[in-house]
Amino acid sequence: MPEERRSEGKPTRRRLGGLNARNTNVLAGGFVWLAALGTLAILVFIIVYVLWQGLPHVSWEFLTGTPTSMGRTGGIGPMIVSTVALSFLSVLIAFPVGVATAIYLTEYTREGTLTRIIRFGTEALAGVPSIIFGLFGFVFFVIYLGFGWSLLSGALTLAVMILPTIVRTSEEAILTVPKAYREVSYSLGASRWQMVTTVVLPAALPGIATGVVLGLGRTVGETAAVILTAGAALHMPTSLFSPARSMAVHFYVLAREGISDSNAWATGAVLLVTILFTNVIINRLLLRAMKRQAAR
Amino acid sequence: MADQPKIEIQNLTYRYGEHTALNNVSLEIPPRAVTALFGPAGGGKTTLLRLINRLNDTVDGTHRRGQILIDGLDIYASGTDVPALRRRVGMVFALPLPLPMTIFENVTYGPRLQGVRGKPLEELAERSLRQAAIWDEVADRLHTPALALSGGQQQRVCLARVLALEPEVILLDEPTSGLDPISTAKVEESLLTLKQEYAIIMVPHSVQQAARVADHAAFLLMGELIETSPGVRLFTRPRDKRTEDYVTGRFG
Repeated sequence: MPEERRSEGKPTRRRLGGLNARNTNVLAGGFVWLAALGTLAILVFIIVYVLWQGLPHVSWEFLTGTPTSMGRTGGIGPMIVSTVALSFLSVLIAFPVGVATAIYLTEYTREGTLTRIIRFGTEALAGVPSIIFGLFGFVFFVIYLGFGWSLLSGALTLAVMILPTIVRTSEEAILTVPKAYREVSYSLGASRWQMVTTVVLPAALPGIATGVVLGLGRTVGETAAVILTAGAALHMPTSLFSPARSMAVHFYVLAREGISDSNAWATGAVLLVTILFTNVIINRLLLRAMKRQAAR
Repeated sequence: MADQPKIEIQNLTYRYGEHTALNNVSLEIPPRAVTALFGPAGGGKTTLLRLINRLNDTVDGTHRRGQILIDGLDIYASGTDVPALRRRVGMVFALPLPLPMTIFENVTYGPRLQGVRGKPLEELAERSLRQAAIWDEVADRLHTPALALSGGQQQRVCLARVLALEPEVILLDEPTSGLDPISTAKVEESLLTLKQEYAIIMVPHSVQQAARVADHAAFLLMGELIETSPGVRLFTRPRDKRTEDYVTGRFG
């Protein structure tokens, strides 16, 4: 077979669709570099554009003032407060329930029908569009439980929405804790709960915090679920039962109804900065927690 | 033997699914002595240790028949306080497994679970670390991560952690398998002191180690207890052909 003999003659030149390994390498390198550059460019463009459109209209009065004539003039003080309250409350509700569920799934039960149902449920919920959660929250919290359009209804709905994320990430974080740590803890006389609180949770904390960050991010930016459950009231919320309008909802209403483009962009810019700021702070906290963990 | 046995293992059979790990094993463990369980890998040594402090309770799909008595009481009787049992029967694992905490927190982990706080913890930590022959090496860095120690030091901290429980029985599963000769010698040395107080059951790292530290020996082969003997007779004049083959290095 002459064909074979010829290829034996130059064993270093392996051809692959006309490209040798070196050229493929160069091309692939170029492609991944371009992809990364494109991603970066899109991100930077969006951020810069929103800030460029919005920041000139942001002032101290805008940040602290109350909106007048439906938001055409005035500030977004109540929206900032509402956004913070909604996010904080929803994480406050979803965090203990989500982590406890993850602990149950990983430490308190064996794989069975019940765990499969819970897992399937959380996975299914994670893929449901937020407006469905909004509709559920409207029917259940706002009407059936009679909480009305309120911070409470909104926060409960958002909590239900981010629960799957927190359960899944917590579960994954807990599963990475070595089995040996559990056995050591048991062998030294720990009860199951002591084992969970002294060994598993401290080691899983950074992963659990990631879930909380992801959830928090979703609540800050959520519009559809909030508009149906917290309402769109313009005034400052004064209690859990006050209706409220988050920044994302405010932006939506201003832009959708053509009330004020400049105030919409300004709200968008503040929202963006809030999200960036939250992420940076939480990342810092996470890093510190992880360093402390690693040092141990 | 004048003493009552500390532990009596009676007709113990244990299966992981279809695999029989222990087959009708009966063995008495005397107090204040080192009993060595030796034999080739897969013989059921570790399983036997893990049954004595009920650590295998967490393993699914297992089946147990027969009894283990400590001071005459069945540890698998219903209503047994398992965490309390584990405090009486301390265990050191084959690998040094410090928890991701400081040395002090590791050593005092068991007592802290019991709600002990403050000064007594410090005294307990010092005494346990001294007993495990590691105090001098860690006294000035008790509040640094245990994971930063060398393997040999970690294993002695793990031994101290068990001693801080003030147990009655100590289970050692190849406690020197990852250690250098000097650390090994130190661990063996502390065992010789400890056996004056505790019943120690040890899976030795080698036949030589068994011969060095054991007062009693039991040879386990494929889940069966082939032979037991007081002292080192098992290593010098084994009765069973299979024990002789193993001791003289013909297999395993």
